[in-house]
Amino acid sequence: MSGVRVLVGTRKGAFILSSDGKRKDWTVDGPFFSGWEIYHMKGSPVDPNRIYVSQTSGWFGQVIQRSDDGGKTWLQPGAPIGEKVDAWPPKPSNKFVYDTSTELGKPLTTHQWYDGTQHPWEFKRVWHLEPSLADPSTVYAGVEDAALFKSTDGGESWHELSGLRGHGTGPNWQPGAGGMCLHTVILDPGNPDRMYIAISAAGAFRTDDGGKTWKPINKGLVSPFMPDPKAEVGHCVHHVAMHKARPNVLFMQKHWDVMRSDDAGDNWREVSGNLPTDFGFVIDVHAHQPDTVYVVPIKSDSEHFVPDGKLRVFRSKTGGNEWEPLEKGLPQKDCYVNVLRDAMAVDSLDECGVYFGTSGGQVYGSADAGDTWAPLVRDLPGVLSIEVQTLK
Amino acid sequence: MSGAAQGDERAGRAAIRVVLPYHLRTLAGVGTEVSVQVDAPFTLARVLDALEARYPMLRGTIREYETGKRRPFLRFFACEEDLSNEGMDVLLPEAVVAGREPLLVIGAIAGG
Repeated sequence: MSGVRVLVGTRKGAFILSSDGKRKDWTVDGPFFSGWEIYHMKGSPVDPNRIYVSQTSGWFGQVIQRSDDGGKTWLQPGAPIGEKVDAWPPKPSNKFVYDTSTELGKPLTTHQWYDGTQHPWEFKRVWHLEPSLADPSTVYAGVEDAALFKSTDGGESWHELSGLRGHGTGPNWQPGAGGMCLHTVILDPGNPDRMYIAISAAGAFRTDDGGKTWKPINKGLVSPFMPDPKAEVGHCVHHVAMHKARPNVLFMQKHWDVMRSDDAGDNWREVSGNLPTDFGFVIDVHAHQPDTVYVVPIKSDSEHFVPDGKLRVFRSKTGGNEWEPLEKGLPQKDCYVNVLRDAMAVDSLDECGVYFGTSGGQVYGSADAGDTWAPLVRDLPGVLSIEVQTLK
Repeated sequence: MSGAAQGDERAGRAAIRVVLPYHLRTLAGVGTEVSVQVDAPFTLARVLDALEARYPMLRGTIREYETGKRRPFLRFFACEEDLSNEGMDVLLPEAVVAGREPLLVIGAIAGG
């Protein structure tokens, strides 16, 4: 029997919400890693029982956790509790050190700080974990300060793909309000050498050689806060989404503006259309309809909550420009939550399910592609990320 | 510093008691206090080396990987003395070496 597992990262721990294919009754497991910030957790598409977790803390730094049994038990790769470490030093699963080696690495340069001065690159945390589409032991990590790391041993050790950080435009990258984070990693299902990433605030980048070299793909983005609003880099891209059947089409929620590209990011055009505000964080695509797109408009960059006290998802069935509000089952009065950039996901059951989590700790789901909504759980800590596993 | 063992002439090995903050206890799967065997000289660095050898999941959570420095929001106390800014080669107080007092690893209070 089919089922759905919703992986919820919150400010104070991780939760797993489970249901059968009907998606009416939900079991809540957790908190796991209670008290820690769980920026992201995501399962391997090859082996759904393998789940990677980014566990982080301002006090204790970064930890990577992994489950090999669908979230029943967890381990720190390379140094599990209670197991003897055979070789010293053990595999450093939480060691994210920028690659400055002469062979493959790049010198550790500086990036732009909030006040325009240059600031050294400093690792802070893992924002996003993206498991490989082909190998359950290969996983990518997007980190703050912005860089991309790769593990090929199940998260036991990490190596930076330094061609991105060393692209040469680094001095013009700058942190957004949440830090200078690489928050989006998209793997092209038809081309293992092609990958997209996005950074706040640098923009979107693409590699066509498996991560060795990268090019900025920001043509068409306009960011009035920048001295040159159409500059090659510096844009505050909040999230990017792709439908696996049409990997050349990308949808982007920028700081302001909802954008679309039909040529793998080479050119972008605005598709905000009739949205009440085009500021927001999340964006996602229906599992079976490549032109059906979801966003959650947020009032403004100064007021990070939904407009008019109403929590509304907006859906376009035309690939942008024409949007309809989806509000059945969602609070339409006195609601002032935010929905962060990685906090929306879809399942791939016949009738596509859509899920999102709020800064107020609610996780909402729709089993009918957004027509109606219901809370899966209401009172978790603030939600940082949502991922969905469709279990066949 | 006052109270610290003088010099590294004390040969031998000691069982050093270490009290960890809650989140590092859960990470390592241990109780409030652990004990690690440390060879002289009994410096803070040697205790942390032994702690990480015994509980490798703690690597990178107390000291930064690249620099070996104390993470900014952690502090070290022993015998009511603040060792946080004494450097990693500071010798631990005699009472800690003798096992009468623990070394305290404490999360600084900031945020929630």
